[in-house]
Amino acid sequence: MRHFKETLYKWIFTILAFASLLFLVGIILTLFRESYPLLVRHDFFDIVFGRFWYPTYDPPEFGMFPLIAASFVVTFGAMAVCVPIGVGTALFLHELASAPQRAVMKPVIEILAGIPSIVYGFFGMIIVAPFIQNLLGIPTGLNAFTASLVLGIMATPTVASLAEDAVSFVPSSFREASLALGANQWQTLTRVVVPAAGSGISTAIILGIGRAVGETMTVLMVAGGAAAIPGSVFDPVRPMTATIAAEMGEAVMGSAHFHALFAIGLILFLITLVVNIFAEIISRRFRLKLGLGR
Amino acid sequence: MTRQTLRENGPFAAGRKKALRGSDVSQALGFLLLGACIVFALFFLGTILYFILVRGAPAISWEFLTSVPRRAMTQGGVAPAIVGTFYLTVGAISFSLPLGLACAIYLCEYSPKTVLVNIIRLSINNLAGIPSIVFGLFGFAVFVKVFGFGVSILSGSLTLGIMALPGIISASQEAILAVPQSYKEASLALGATHWQTIARVVLPSAFPGILTGVILNIGRVAGETAPILFTAVTFYTRGYPDSVFSEVMALPYHIYALMTEGTRPEIQTQIAYGCSLILLSLVLAISAVAIILRQRQRRIYGS
Amino acid sequence: MQVPNTARLMNISRRFLCLIVLLPALSCSDPEANNIITIKGSTTVLPVAQIGAEVFMDRHPGADISVQGGGSGVGIASLIDGTTQIATSSRKIKKEETAKAKAAGVHPFETIVAMDGIAVAVNPSNSMDRLTTPQIRDIYTGKVSNWKEIGGDDREIVVISRDTSSGTFEAFEKLALDGQKVRPDALVTASNQVVNMTVAQTPGAIGYLGYGYLSDRVRAASVDGVRCSEETIRSGRYPLARPLYIYTNGRPTGEVERFIDFLLSEEGQRLVKEQGFISARERSL
Repeated sequence: MRHFKETLYKWIFTILAFASLLFLVGIILTLFRESYPLLVRHDFFDIVFGRFWYPTYDPPEFGMFPLIAASFVVTFGAMAVCVPIGVGTALFLHELASAPQRAVMKPVIEILAGIPSIVYGFFGMIIVAPFIQNLLGIPTGLNAFTASLVLGIMATPTVASLAEDAVSFVPSSFREASLALGANQWQTLTRVVVPAAGSGISTAIILGIGRAVGETMTVLMVAGGAAAIPGSVFDPVRPMTATIAAEMGEAVMGSAHFHALFAIGLILFLITLVVNIFAEIISRRFRLKLGLGR
Repeated sequence: MTRQTLRENGPFAAGRKKALRGSDVSQALGFLLLGACIVFALFFLGTILYFILVRGAPAISWEFLTSVPRRAMTQGGVAPAIVGTFYLTVGAISFSLPLGLACAIYLCEYSPKTVLVNIIRLSINNLAGIPSIVFGLFGFAVFVKVFGFGVSILSGSLTLGIMALPGIISASQEAILAVPQSYKEASLALGATHWQTIARVVLPSAFPGILTGVILNIGRVAGETAPILFTAVTFYTRGYPDSVFSEVMALPYHIYALMTEGTRPEIQTQIAYGCSLILLSLVLAISAVAIILRQRQRRIYGS
Repeated sequence: MQVPNTARLMNISRRFLCLIVLLPALSCSDPEANNIITIKGSTTVLPVAQIGAEVFMDRHPGADISVQGGGSGVGIASLIDGTTQIATSSRKIKKEETAKAKAAGVHPFETIVAMDGIAVAVNPSNSMDRLTTPQIRDIYTGKVSNWKEIGGDDREIVVISRDTSSGTFEAFEKLALDGQKVRPDALVTASNQVVNMTVAQTPGAIGYLGYGYLSDRVRAASVDGVRCSEETIRSGRYPLARPLYIYTNGRPTGEVERFIDFLLSEEGQRLVKEQGFISARERSL
């Protein structure tokens, strides 16, 4: 009887554990199922590389390239902000901060990580955008630049805490050896610690990219909303996530527009999938290199 | 030999006796740069907190927190949004906690080292990286449409729950793995079965860690907008939800709606600030509780 | 072992959890409470829908109305999908939408609830407040990019448009652009209000918005010599005037009918006027 109960519990947990696999598969299936009808009616290359997104015109045009380009530009800009600040913060926290400084700043970084994206978007729209508009004298502050800035700050805690983890795994023997050979702290940091933590930092950056690409509310409110390939960073853009959020409501179920939005969702999913796989591979290499196993 | 002695008399000492070396300059600049990075991050955080606090505080009052919106959202309060956020969060956690905990128990206690288990781990990692709007799409297509729940607390909670699942699984895993092996061995040695050990020894010991993880995820879930955009929320409804099948107002969506669909911006920007302040305070308070719990736990268990 | 403390913590948490999980279930008990009327659609009509819903709910305590915006396209799509009973729209339903509706078993029934004009607004610092329809068309389709090209200051034109679900966008497209496409680099905004705010903050901006949303933070341009005002909209002289619609599945019945009747009543139409629109009864279009 006891044995039966044991096996029962084991099987219950096994089945429940597959739930996450089930949901992942469910998401993939749903995305494919709802985007497939679009591919039947429109050519794949026209969709992905088409330059005009006019989904409600007659006949509709589903060129996603401006949306993909917008996501790319905004993510790249966000990385330009969050990588230096995030890695710099991590290095500072780990190497240079004293214990009381660290005790204060680590929670601060965690707080930054906890601020909801809608608050960032709201703040970006109402304070940052007008500020930048006035500061730089450009037509509008709701553009790729502002979106990159706010998104970059949003992704910074992610990159900072992962980079800090990576740096903390570098054995102190590396550091001590370098210092013993006469290098000063800065040289040790840049020429020994950072390269050793390189894969870990790369993982942090890649996961930061994943976070930036997937962000919706911030870019929805700050990026400007023009479905056109940006000519400069100060042009308004409309990343993929913002497009889905903005247009989902008006797409009648089963219409071409509806399928097109799911197709965007599918592309988003594939991008984050690739990002995650990369991060997984690199972080595994990193751990092996430092002898941490598994 | 101390580092000092090495520096003064060691192999590189001669070169080091010069007054201002390039490496010193670059070090100073480097440290300055690092300091600037962190100052910038702190500055941005400070600015956000400052504006939200200073502009949101005037909007907060007992009436704001407890009454429904009136006069086209220009008077009254945002109580339905607060309640809606609460229900959505509770719903999400009640869905994802049992499931996530079960998964973590399986991965830590029962799983054989097979390919299938690695696939499960991979799926959890991938689920964690999926953009929130894609969850919203999935929730809309499946819970709202296929299952027929419609736009409701139920659909929203399920969608948010799936989103929170990876976080809960990894927090629970960490907590369970932190339970000392000796506890389990002692229990088994005393004749308890595997399940009895899990239920009466491992889980209670891991409980504070699991609780911390849950609390952190609650904070994350409460602030999410994209998954509930098409699955749960509405702009304005007079009262409180009647059942799990009703639409709700929610704080994050309310901020968005006020800023983009509001009809009286001067007053409604104020209200949006107030909502941001409430949301921010809620999320930060929850995170603070979790962090404190975790510090206490670390002190007790000495990890 | 730490079990005693954690056991207490667990007990408290368990009790707390049970309580809060049961709360929604407890509130499930009212059978009559599920009679929610949903209104979705145009952000132009939103103020009317909202204030109408509020006053109606004050008068009829049993009624429960949920109001959303999203755009005329959202409203009609929701009506077709069955997720709303009342769809508000600032444009007439399209043929394809009617076809989709019929295919889904929905029969859109149209009611005109107010009259509105689409105002063309520029920033107060802009001296160009007299525009012609051809000029507006050239600006919006991308043929003209600088104010000086039509006699204004040397400043880049920041074109502000609405997203594709907007009825105001569709109406503007039909009335002012003759169906031509808006330039792709126009700033796309989510509602009339955002247009108002953006034009107010951007010196070189031009935008179109519902007459009821005009504020003194922007300057309304005259179109073909006609200023946008209640009188010109009512008389039909203003070229960009249009009705505001409500669509329901079939002729409205029950609570929905009562609500629409309220909107069309004298008191309802007074609310309409308060929001800056023209009463449906006074139109001569």
